[in-house]
Amino acid sequence: MRSRILPLIATLAVFVILYLIGWQRFPAFGTTRVVGNFLTDKSFLGIAAVGMTFVIIAGGIDLSVGSVIAFTGVFCALAIGQWGMHPLVASGLILLIGAAFGAAMGAVIYYFKIPAFIATLAGMFLARGGSFVLSQDSIPIDHPFVNDISQIFYVFPDRGRFSFVAFIFVVVLVVGIIIAHYTRFGRNIYAMGGNNTAALLLGVPVGRTTIGVYTLSSFLAALAGIVYALYTKSGYPRAAIGVELDAIAAVVIGGTLLTGGVGFVAGTFLGVMIQGIIQTYVNFDGTLNSWWTKIVIGLLLFLFIIIQKVLTSYRGTLTFRLIPGLSRPAAASGTSASPP
Amino acid sequence: MLETKTAVEPTTAPTPFNLMQTLSRNRRFLFPVLALILILIGNRLISPTFFTIRVGPDGRLIGSLIDILNRGAPTVLLAIGMTLVIAAKGIDLSVGAVIAICGAVAAVLISTTTLPPLLVIAIAIGAGILCGLWNGILVALFDIQPIVATLILMVIGRGIAQLITEGQITTFSNESLEFVGTGLIGGFPFPIFLSVIVVALVWLLIRSTAIGMLIESVGANDRASFYAGIDATKIKLLVYIISGICAAITGLIITADIKGADANNAGLWKELDAILAVVIGGTALTGGRFYLIMSVVGALIIQSIQTGIYISGLPPTFNLIVQAVVILAILFLQSEDFRRLFTGAWAKLRRQS
Repeated sequence: MRSRILPLIATLAVFVILYLIGWQRFPAFGTTRVVGNFLTDKSFLGIAAVGMTFVIIAGGIDLSVGSVIAFTGVFCALAIGQWGMHPLVASGLILLIGAAFGAAMGAVIYYFKIPAFIATLAGMFLARGGSFVLSQDSIPIDHPFVNDISQIFYVFPDRGRFSFVAFIFVVVLVVGIIIAHYTRFGRNIYAMGGNNTAALLLGVPVGRTTIGVYTLSSFLAALAGIVYALYTKSGYPRAAIGVELDAIAAVVIGGTLLTGGVGFVAGTFLGVMIQGIIQTYVNFDGTLNSWWTKIVIGLLLFLFIIIQKVLTSYRGTLTFRLIPGLSRPAAASGTSASPP
Repeated sequence: MLETKTAVEPTTAPTPFNLMQTLSRNRRFLFPVLALILILIGNRLISPTFFTIRVGPDGRLIGSLIDILNRGAPTVLLAIGMTLVIAAKGIDLSVGAVIAICGAVAAVLISTTTLPPLLVIAIAIGAGILCGLWNGILVALFDIQPIVATLILMVIGRGIAQLITEGQITTFSNESLEFVGTGLIGGFPFPIFLSVIVVALVWLLIRSTAIGMLIESVGANDRASFYAGIDATKIKLLVYIISGICAAITGLIITADIKGADANNAGLWKELDAILAVVIGGTALTGGRFYLIMSVVGALIIQSIQTGIYISGLPPTFNLIVQAVVILAILFLQSEDFRRLFTGAWAKLRRQS
């Protein structure tokens, strides 16, 4: 158990260190205005990443997240602007569509034994293609109700804003933590990701859980899409390209093992916030190429994977493998049952 | 869910020829080839001139089939490297980023230095080898899951390419380098030759040496391979390096084709095309048995669909949807559970009537 919490502690340490570095260089990091903006800017990524955490804990992967966000945005913009739907009705409808879409992917994965990577890749093409069919251009969202909602925020003492979308993000986070650790569904997900066959033999409803996990992920992706549409006040078919990668990176940085079975929703939150800090730092600096964000995130990814490897590999395996001549048959210890 | 079991079929001893037996044993080959033929026939129905090939004014052969081979060359090249990586129970998500890096290296060197083009090409391929080596070291020595290990380079790679080109789209004008992308030999575009040469070389490598078998062995069970005396580490390093070389050549083709390096968009999402091609070709993502030529067929299927959509005059907005539907259909047909669903229903119907 200790080795499971250690990655989370390492993530927390890196988060604190990065934050302090940022604070030391730019005192504005200490204000609630910047912190509030972290939450607002990264809320859509965070919501999608919570869904991704469940999928990865269950031993799968969901590449369709970014496309579902784009589809949701375009759908909402059209539904509100052209089909005259009330934003709440449009949101409810797209959440249902998202959930159904995820359930379909889960069913394909479970019943036809098509690898999650490929099934959700097809889902990515379908959702992105669907948003292009709906519209080729960016559509503005202009509705009194939407404008009202974006005016809802809590003002901190030093005029920082805790916006409505940040509020949704925090609610999703809390609900995610509850689902993961205090429900039977959550426990089934961990069991399934730990060992699918063992879970099946122990009576875990593997089919239902698989479909449920992808339903949850796509539902949250649709919610992230609504938040993204609120945040940008528009729907754009090319929006959120590559968000699935950011989400996966946040999940991995947050201490969740891509082999499945181990992970924390709270860690994902830290992973998302770490990305927010790096991006804000690069923005504040002004002289750095924006691509440094990706490079630093990639390097952090590398760092965390090495930390996880050292923590989870049984003692000395790494040293043995790195010193030629001393190698012993531990080569397959970590990879024998892992998906590619 | 991703399966954990891996099946390696025992090689059957040569038996007298039997058509039905050959067909059922080679069912894996049947579906992709059938799909390719059907898609080509479908394209022919859309466009009556689909199969005609004429000679252009500069001796260039012009025709949709040539176009599929030419435009499909990058995916074919990537699919070859990807097949070996997947056979060794890996996956390489970084090929798109490697394309961007190698393209950037070639474009910057050719436009800012006076190095001979061949040397520039060699350096770009060297960059690809380095990228492959990095992936290989992470997977083979550090024992990191391939999907995560290569994700790192996928995330960082485009940033590195941006740094090489200093954020600009670097353009160049050099006939020798442009030849890689747009040159002609006997009327055929050069990328076709490149892909044929690479397929032939890799085929020789895996079939005239034991390396192909060793890769399958490592992919099926690397611990058992280790006990059998196979150096799994070296085999894994090798497949990622080959994938890096394939990505580098692809990067050269793409860069030479547009006469510039676009760090943001060169080879974007190409890794997904390559993985799809391999899966359509029947190689399982769980490693082990692999089908090199079938992956090439898979890559050609993807390109035929895309070309078909272009010539059909269907709005380009439908590209992704049509592609996704056709690919899903092929994958469903390959899924035994899906086929059983229908053969079961068919048998039931016949029993009732």
